[in-house]
Amino acid sequence: MSSTTTVPVFWRSIGQRLTILLAGIAAVLAILSWWMITSFAREAAERTQDNVLVASATTIAEALRSEQGTILLELPYSAFAMLDAIGEDRVFYRVAAGAQTLTGYEDLIPPSNPERPGDVAVGTIDYRGDQLRTVTVMRTVLADQNPVPVLVTVAQTRTGVQAIGSGLSQTAAVLSVALFILAVGLGTFAAGNALQPLNSFAQAVTRRGPSDLRPLRRKVPDELSPLLVALNRLMERLGQSIRRSEEFIAEAAHRVRTPLATVRAQAELALHTVEKDEEKQMLRRIIRAVDESSRSASQLLDHATVSFRADALAQEVVDLADLAEKVTDGLAPTAEMKDITLTLDADGPASVRGDAILLESALRNVVDNSVKYSPAETQITVTLAPADNAHWRLTVRDEGRGFSDASLPELTARFKRGTNVDQIVGSGLGLTIAEDVLVAHGGHLKLSTPDDGAGACVSLILPAA
Amino acid sequence: MRFLLVEDNIELAEAIIARLSLDGHAVDHAKTLAAADEWLAVAEYDLMLLDVMLPDGDGRAFLRKTRTTERVPVIVLTARSQVSDRVDTLDLGADDYITKPFDFAELEARCRAVLRRRGTPTPALIPLGGALFDPSGGTLSHDGETKPLRNRELRLLEVFARNKGKILSKTQLLDRLFSQDAEVSENAIEVYVARLRKRLSAAGVEIETVRGVGYRMTWA
Amino acid sequence: MRFTDLACRLIAASYLAIFASCLNALELEDRQRYPGTGDTMIKVISTGDLAVFEPFILQFQAENPAIGIDYYVTSSAVLHTAIKEGDVFDIAMSSAMDLQFQLANDGAAQRFTSPITESLPGWARWRNQVFAFTAEPAVAVISRARFAGLERPKTRQELIGLLRQNPTAFEDAIGTYDVRTSGLGYLFATQEARNSDTFWRLFELMGRRGTELYCCSAQMIDDVASGRLTLAYNVLGSYTAERIARDDRLEILTLEDYETVMLRTALIPATATEVEAAGLFLDRLLQEGMRETSSVWALPPLRAADTPEARAYGPIRLGPGLLVYLDKLNRDAFLGAWSDAIVQP
Repeated sequence: MSSTTTVPVFWRSIGQRLTILLAGIAAVLAILSWWMITSFAREAAERTQDNVLVASATTIAEALRSEQGTILLELPYSAFAMLDAIGEDRVFYRVAAGAQTLTGYEDLIPPSNPERPGDVAVGTIDYRGDQLRTVTVMRTVLADQNPVPVLVTVAQTRTGVQAIGSGLSQTAAVLSVALFILAVGLGTFAAGNALQPLNSFAQAVTRRGPSDLRPLRRKVPDELSPLLVALNRLMERLGQSIRRSEEFIAEAAHRVRTPLATVRAQAELALHTVEKDEEKQMLRRIIRAVDESSRSASQLLDHATVSFRADALAQEVVDLADLAEKVTDGLAPTAEMKDITLTLDADGPASVRGDAILLESALRNVVDNSVKYSPAETQITVTLAPADNAHWRLTVRDEGRGFSDASLPELTARFKRGTNVDQIVGSGLGLTIAEDVLVAHGGHLKLSTPDDGAGACVSLILPAA
Repeated sequence: MRFLLVEDNIELAEAIIARLSLDGHAVDHAKTLAAADEWLAVAEYDLMLLDVMLPDGDGRAFLRKTRTTERVPVIVLTARSQVSDRVDTLDLGADDYITKPFDFAELEARCRAVLRRRGTPTPALIPLGGALFDPSGGTLSHDGETKPLRNRELRLLEVFARNKGKILSKTQLLDRLFSQDAEVSENAIEVYVARLRKRLSAAGVEIETVRGVGYRMTWA
Repeated sequence: MRFTDLACRLIAASYLAIFASCLNALELEDRQRYPGTGDTMIKVISTGDLAVFEPFILQFQAENPAIGIDYYVTSSAVLHTAIKEGDVFDIAMSSAMDLQFQLANDGAAQRFTSPITESLPGWARWRNQVFAFTAEPAVAVISRARFAGLERPKTRQELIGLLRQNPTAFEDAIGTYDVRTSGLGYLFATQEARNSDTFWRLFELMGRRGTELYCCSAQMIDDVASGRLTLAYNVLGSYTAERIARDDRLEILTLEDYETVMLRTALIPATATEVEAAGLFLDRLLQEGMRETSSVWALPPLRAADTPEARAYGPIRLGPGLLVYLDKLNRDAFLGAWSDAIVQP
């Protein structure tokens, strides 16, 4: 069973996470503000209507008078005209002294009546198919010296208030959506901005070469400084560890190779003093074994170097002509021992882009192979020429045994040697190393048998810089 | 030729000294860089063989220092074989390097190559009858004509020249002549001996076959 | 022409037996049927004379031949009562905008919306239930003959002065609506009384000079034309315009201080059955109201409310203010005051 829990895609990015959280908050705030504006607006409109109704009822109440025991009323025009202010709402009214309706709609009964003169009773009722807001005020009128309480009720439908409310609600909705969009935009920007130090920090680490283990000296936000400190400590430990292992390898090589060198030297010296053939054979076997192991060690180290350096390939401009000259110079004495003529046919400069040390290693391994597998008194030619418009070709041609047809594709496979090679010391890694280097540089290695059938031809093809 | 060998491993040093002495070279041995400094102060050397890892310091630092004062050619003996180390060493001013363990034949070949590149001011010529043999230059002069010798002819001649009148067995010659990584049959010796006879007959040098034992070179 | 009760009963029995009872109660001034090619028949109740509305009805039928129209003419009070009591009509048109408003306010009208109603100015509609389609001013008409030698007053103030200074010219020679019987007269009088305090002084003076009271504009104009009256005050201008154009004995007295403008309104009663056809009819009516060019009838369009005189107070506001003078107590009080002023012993 997999131990990794499924994580929603957006949680994989802090930026997305922040943006979504901010957007969520913005959405909540937008809805909340919409709701608040809507309810405030509705309440304000309702209060306005109540105030207008109170004003209307009060105006009517004030117009009440009595004459010879009769309560008279001249409805002021303004009392109703003012009710037009909010919207086109239906208006109803009733003026009553006790249960007796003096004027207006007799069936308009407010839900509650004020207790005392000057009080206002506000209510909501259903009347003639509409919801009404009713306001009732009380005024005492003297009729024949008797105080008569008169109730003035003014009622109005709420269409206008509702229209105002829903109009404001719509405006608030538009504003809230705009606010939300703005907040999401700002949130995205803020998330990006907040994460910017992290990104630039990551870039600073990424830009570094694999071997650059100096501590990072950057100003980072407080939140990142533990990471920076941890990273620097890690790099320091890594650096120490790499240094230690490099020293260990060097030391180990030294410790192994020096005794081997002693053994080999002593054995070679002993060859001159022993007489018996069996003893000589034995000494030769010792020498061969020493050589084999030292060569294997060299190539393994070479291969490790190639693997390590190819991961983060340097991009310096390398002149192949110069490089070929160095390699042939270095191997000339070895070739000379077998009276092999090592010639270089190269007209520089031939620039390629890459790691000089790796390229040199590749060519040296190929030439070294040729020297090893060529018989004495033969020719090895290293030629540098353009392969096509965009590539250089370094060809190493010898007059040795060449490759058997079957072995060509397999030859570069690690640890494989040509089937027709016997007795010659070599781990077979040489061509593998060369191929790895070339592939890392965007090139390739080509093995062929020359047309005249004699010897082998190894071509190193590299893209020109 | 006179060598200065800077090497802290005594067994290896002894083996190298013994082997070089066989070829008639003089070798002074320094176990430390300090000792090497002292030797360099008192004597002139044709070539220095320098180990880079020594008890009292890094041979590469010494190399950098020496390069500024001394003209003596240097071949670095290194146990490190990484590509970068080789490049480093050469950049620091070594004339060549050789990785331990090494074939004496290769060491010899590299020494010769270094000296040839440097252009040895006073070649040690060996008269062979009517001819003059220059082992370091790898030439044989006769009748005012100087001819280059092939490497294997040269090395065979050198052995014969240092052992005037001695009988040398084919095996002895083989051991001295060829590097150990190449399989060479005793028949090859016969081929090279025949070549040398041809080159030297006019100068009055004779290589005699001692049946069942080996060869002996004699000259007047 | 007047329908007798019997006639009404006959027509009701023969055409619309189901409404017999209510039609029975209707006091009709006129009635005309315009059958269409289809089954649809809309019942229109109106205060407008057939002579004025017939061209429009014919035009409408030319455009919508399938729709038949049953046109009833009655007084504004009868119309109001009929609709209020739930008689079935598809369109109610009235010059008494206060009564029309009350119908809508009390829930006797139904809502109607169309692109045409939407284009109507806000002041010309209320709750999309009451729609104004004419703007008709109250004017003063004078007899040229009897006004000879008198300076034409430009304001009511000047008119008051004129009445004071020339008692003989106006003695028993002023006519106006009897607001006790004429809804329109009542509307004009109450609105004018509300707007201007010269109203009471003018009516006081008119009462003192002796004023003849009329039910209808047409008779007042006839009496001005014949020379019986010197001045007819608050005559419905729309009816007189045409008369004056072909009768040079008449003249409209332009009073520049203000002009009371009434809106003739239409509504679709809550009881309407042919709502769709009624909507078409209403739309066509409103198109007439908003027209720019000459029309099928003489009624002035809504933009007639935009004259300099009318602008002083604007047309009578279609709003709850109209309820004020419908109030029983108010009505009693106003009529009392009015009678005291105009009906002098």
